[in-house]
Amino acid sequence: MMEIVGKTSVDFMGKRNMAFAVSGVLVFLGIVAVIGIMAGWANLGIDFAGGTAVQLKFDQPLGIEDARNALQAHGLGEAELQEFPQDQKLLIRVKTETTIEDEISKQIIEVFQAEFPNHGFVVDSSTSIGPTIGKKLQEDALIAIVLSLVGIILYVAVRFEFRFGVAAAIATFHDVLVVLGIYFLLDKEITLLVVTALLTLAGYSLTDTVIVFDRIRENLRRRRRETVSDIINNGINQVLSRTLVTTLTVVLVLVPLTLWGGEVLHDFSLALLMGVLVGTYSSIFVASPLLLLWPGAEGKLLSRGK
Amino acid sequence: MKKLRGRFLLLLVVTVVSCILALPSFPGLYQSLPDGVKTILSHRGLSLGLDLQGGIHLVLEVEEERAVEIAVDRLRKSMEDLLEEKAISVDGVNREGSNHISIDLQNESDAEEVQTLLSDAFPNFVLQKNSGTRLEYELSSDDVQRIKTSAINQALETIRNRIDEFGVAEPLIQRLGINQIAIQLPGVQDPQRAKDLIQKTALLEFKMLHESKVALDLPSRVDRGQEEKIRQDFEGKVPEGAEILFETVEETLDGSKYSIPYLVKKDADLIGDLLQDARVTMGDFNEPAVSVTFDSKGAREFDLVTAANVGKRMAIVLDGKVYSAPTINERISGGRAVISGTFTTDEANDLAVVLRAGALPAPLKTLQDLTVGPSLGKDSIEKGLRTTVIAGALVLIFMIVYYRLSGLIANVALALNLIGLLGALSGLNATLTLPGIAGIILTMGMGVDSNVLIFERIREELRLGRPVRLAVDAGFEKAFLTIVDAHVTTLITGLALFLFGTGPIKGFAVTLCLGIGINLFTAFVGTKVVFDFLNRRKLETLSI
Repeated sequence: MMEIVGKTSVDFMGKRNMAFAVSGVLVFLGIVAVIGIMAGWANLGIDFAGGTAVQLKFDQPLGIEDARNALQAHGLGEAELQEFPQDQKLLIRVKTETTIEDEISKQIIEVFQAEFPNHGFVVDSSTSIGPTIGKKLQEDALIAIVLSLVGIILYVAVRFEFRFGVAAAIATFHDVLVVLGIYFLLDKEITLLVVTALLTLAGYSLTDTVIVFDRIRENLRRRRRETVSDIINNGINQVLSRTLVTTLTVVLVLVPLTLWGGEVLHDFSLALLMGVLVGTYSSIFVASPLLLLWPGAEGKLLSRGK
Repeated sequence: MKKLRGRFLLLLVVTVVSCILALPSFPGLYQSLPDGVKTILSHRGLSLGLDLQGGIHLVLEVEEERAVEIAVDRLRKSMEDLLEEKAISVDGVNREGSNHISIDLQNESDAEEVQTLLSDAFPNFVLQKNSGTRLEYELSSDDVQRIKTSAINQALETIRNRIDEFGVAEPLIQRLGINQIAIQLPGVQDPQRAKDLIQKTALLEFKMLHESKVALDLPSRVDRGQEEKIRQDFEGKVPEGAEILFETVEETLDGSKYSIPYLVKKDADLIGDLLQDARVTMGDFNEPAVSVTFDSKGAREFDLVTAANVGKRMAIVLDGKVYSAPTINERISGGRAVISGTFTTDEANDLAVVLRAGALPAPLKTLQDLTVGPSLGKDSIEKGLRTTVIAGALVLIFMIVYYRLSGLIANVALALNLIGLLGALSGLNATLTLPGIAGIILTMGMGVDSNVLIFERIREELRLGRPVRLAVDAGFEKAFLTIVDAHVTTLITGLALFLFGTGPIKGFAVTLCLGIGINLFTAFVGTKVVFDFLNRRKLETLSI
């Protein structure tokens, strides 16, 4: 039998204060990011903010500075540029409210045709999104997030107890906020795909938490003599090898996807990868200790442990 | 033991059905089948999303207000014609706002006659105000609504016709909300051309040149970009009922580009909705041009107009741009006209297409435009598949190294999982997108997780010293609820994404939701049946 950790008895609950401190800082970042999104100074993708993105693939390398100067000369100075040098690709983004009427994507293409006649290129993709659609997508994304979180809390509350539901929901929120915070810190664009990744990781992190909770509940029913803190510790230790094996397999999948999946999948996979790691951490160090914080948890948990 | 056979059979049936459903998704394989088999199978499988094969996704909004204005303008013209016919002298018949028409009479005594005339001929217009020489009419709100509704229907119809003529494999054109139209054209090679074709209003008008002193004052040519300046310079000088339009010229000899201003009557003498056909022809110098044929009513009107205006010039105007302004040498009764200009063959072809398909009732505003070039699509598919294979191989290897024989069983279950998922997606004729591929990978991950949960539980039971058979049963039983809980929570997320996601994200949600169901099946029927089979041999040890 090959084992990664074997039988463990780590005192996870004893480290909860340290974990709360770490999580506190990360969650704070996430809250800053949320405020940033609402106040409009976060790096929202054009699918939410409205605007135009054009990706060009050149047949020979083109310096990003040359491209920037050319765009500036044609009144497109506010464009953001991003290079993918290995494929000689250039992504040009313009976030303005009036894009569609002005046919910015056409303008951009014409600039490159006129300024760099020796650099042949093909238009890989071009996206224009009007502000009204952007608003609608923002609303839809928000509804999807709220709806899935409410659904998850309800389900966990019904399957377990209310306090488990709340702890699981807080842990899930924690994970989403932490990843959002890291994205904010890295100044990565928050696109529709990233939101999808956040929702997926919410589902994943919840799965992790539910599996730990399941074991804790099972133990509560059998081991009435031990303290709650010991019962929780035991539960976590018992599922630890599963947690690590699963995390490992998911990481095995996501790392190649992040590295070689192409530019479209990169940000999506990266968000998921961070989410999986944070989710594993939070099911052990956040969700479970929260059960102890519940007022009168010690007595109540035991008495309710049927 | 009979039960075991039943479950194996179920597994076999599900796998075979999935394979059959998935077949049409692999064109190479599908084509090599005998014809008899092909007719039984559905010929549509998984289709590739825009991000994987390139194409256009557009959301357009019909400018309803403009549709009302255009319709009211036409009614205004017929009102004016009617009054002229009855020899009632007016100072002007004008459209005010979008749906009001005001009539300024020269003689107050005509007011009563005009009212009776109009209430007979234009019952949809309601008299709002009567101040002696000025009558103000309003188009009823029911009619405004009717115009708006028909504008959207007509726009849909027109776009459909145009795209049909253009020739796109599987276009998707649907109404979105009240006044929006969503268009999806997968695999289009020249996106810009397709977009131009869809969005061209294609309002063809024949307008007589206005003959006045102002027309002579206009410069014979202006530089490109100076058109607005000329309009401003002549503001106030342009006589009532006239406007300045431009023809854009590109000299074939020296390549110089400029515009020619024309003073034309605002009201068209004839518009393009009376066309019967439009074809590409060759002009006098063998350059591409478009010849149009009027229907019988149009031919009659064209005949009348040309007869009344011999010796004068008529401008052929498309979407507010003059294409040519030939002099009418003689009355034209055949009902044919030629639109010449500086066209390339493609442009002439597309113009013929849009003219045949009819004009749009109003301009369209682009709300969303996603265009993916064919090369990026190919790139994405290659990368997506390659990474899926690498990721899958890593996981398979890990499972065998870590769980030995049991890992192998889990891998077989995983393969069944993939086949089932492809079968289900093909059966639903789902669209595979890049996020969809990510969804498949994620489902595979969850499939692995289910098996890991079961195996870890079995290991625990074995550590407690249970015999293999009991340990396996206990492992499955105890892991069952945990796995269901885990899948249901993910399903909740998947459903929320399905309901509120758009495009590619919906694809992700569909694969995720289907995958969850198939996962549960393969873990608790697939993996379990193999373990039960092993158990029949009363194993002393289990390779796990």
